[in-house]
Amino acid sequence: MKKTTISHKVQIMPPSGIRVFFDLVLGMKDVISLGVGEPDFVTPWHIRESAIYSIEEGYTSYTSNKGLVKLRTYVSQDLKKRFGLHYGVEDEILITVGVSEAVDLALRALVNPGDKVIVCSPSYVSYAPVAELAGAEVTKIILRSGNGFKLTPDDLKKAIEPDTKAIMFNYPCNPTGVSYTKTELSAINRVLERHGILVISDEVYDELTYDFAHTPFATLPGAKERTLYLNGFSKAYAMTGWRVGYACGPKDIIAAMTKIHQYTIMCVPIMSQMAACEAVAGTRKPVEDMKQEYQRRREFVVGRLNEMGLSCHKPQGTFYVFPSVKKSKMNGMDFASKLLKEKKVAVVPGTAFGPEYDGHIRISFATGFDKLREAMDRMEEFMKEL
Amino acid sequence: MDVILELLQKDARITPQEISKLAKIKVDEVRRRIKKYEKEGILLGYRAVVNKELVKDKESEVRALIEVKVAPQKDLGFDKVAERIYSFPEVKSCYLLSGSYDLLLVVEGRDLKTVSRFVSEKLSPMENVRGTVTHFLLKKYKEDGIILKCAEEDRRLAISY
Ligand SMILES: Cc1ncc(COP(=O)(O)O)c(C=O)c1O
Repeated sequence: MKKTTISHKVQIMPPSGIRVFFDLVLGMKDVISLGVGEPDFVTPWHIRESAIYSIEEGYTSYTSNKGLVKLRTYVSQDLKKRFGLHYGVEDEILITVGVSEAVDLALRALVNPGDKVIVCSPSYVSYAPVAELAGAEVTKIILRSGNGFKLTPDDLKKAIEPDTKAIMFNYPCNPTGVSYTKTELSAINRVLERHGILVISDEVYDELTYDFAHTPFATLPGAKERTLYLNGFSKAYAMTGWRVGYACGPKDIIAAMTKIHQYTIMCVPIMSQMAACEAVAGTRKPVEDMKQEYQRRREFVVGRLNEMGLSCHKPQGTFYVFPSVKKSKMNGMDFASKLLKEKKVAVVPGTAFGPEYDGHIRISFATGFDKLREAMDRMEEFMKEL
Repeated sequence: MDVILELLQKDARITPQEISKLAKIKVDEVRRRIKKYEKEGILLGYRAVVNKELVKDKESEVRALIEVKVAPQKDLGFDKVAERIYSFPEVKSCYLLSGSYDLLLVVEGRDLKTVSRFVSEKLSPMENVRGTVTHFLLKKYKEDGIILKCAEEDRRLAISY
């Protein structure tokens, strides 16, 4: 028998059970998909145009490992202007290949074998596997629909152990759309502060916050020294394909992350960095227009879903809703498969975001209004026919 | 601008119920405001945007942009002359502009001859019209914010985290 060549770490990574379902969707024609985790808008033209221009001008080289000084400067100014957050251009900002790379770098830079990292469930899919690859033991906090899928200080207190090093925190949250007010965050911060726990804060949806102002974790009293602030251009600027994000934080952590980044990635493609420069420095009108459009669709989708019996909390941010499919008496996977086959509407089963959520599905309203309306009509029919 | 107008301008087929959900305004209130706008002449009509370039069995049609120099009338300015001009059904749009000429018309006719005849027989001889320059339109790329091309297909993966 041939010995397997694959490393143990990778072998024990949980295979994505949802893959089969994804393949089913990808193999089908004329599906209206509410399963997409990225904006339906293309990158605003002024950003695309400036990238084209930069290529014409011959910007085709490597950049500094940390990223173009110009881009780091813009990011620094942007954070100062929007939140009063100060990060030094030279040693507190690292430009990464999306928030994805920043998560990986952060965990690899911080974790020693056996360190515990808290990950909330449901959560974006990469946190737990990447933490485990980095050698961490993942402590899961199961968030309940009854609490509006919010992390509470009590949940946290119960989960913290002596060897807990960090928490992977994300708000507004994919897949629930939950976000936190400053007061709620302060209560969470006090618990973390007491135990000296680092916060890796994924705030990639910050611009898509609807009901109150977004508060970066690093702006909370005393939190900045323990917080790694992650953000990027994918969601707010509709720039998923460009792969640009950034990490801001204490000098020693940024230096450690830069070390790994310089050996593994070297730098983010210069054309993407040039595009990102235009995104932060240029007009904000498209960002505001997109946000307004998402906000309206949110009202529409939440209204329609609740009417048809797929009860859901109103998301405070992102372009996701996480309704319960209890009324259908099916689990999320069966619901999604049947809906796909019978009505050609794709949604993501809740189990994609945590095994505990087989009573839920994730619906993305990053879809044009015409299609969204059609999809809601089909789902309503589907619910009636059950 | 009222979101109701904004939403209708984007999609005239949108129903009051849908507007109600999107904008969080009670349906009755949506209906009431639409009626009011119709009465006040703020909402003038609801119609489809047709890309005639792609219509196979359409009647032939040419369009011209016509610059018109006008001698304004005492007390009435340009309005009276403009009215006389825009009342012709051939005139699809009529604008008063600043700059080296006064009115800009969009004129439509079955063929070049019809449009030329309109200019030489109706427009130019008109009292107060000092001169015209006619530009025939060759191709439309974008009109009123709409790019005249099939909508690009969604290039995203149909499903992703
Ligand atoms: C919560 C969250 N974090 C990170 C990412 C990845 O973002 P990026 O494109 O910046 O790598 C996503 C993408 O879906 C996300 O939902």
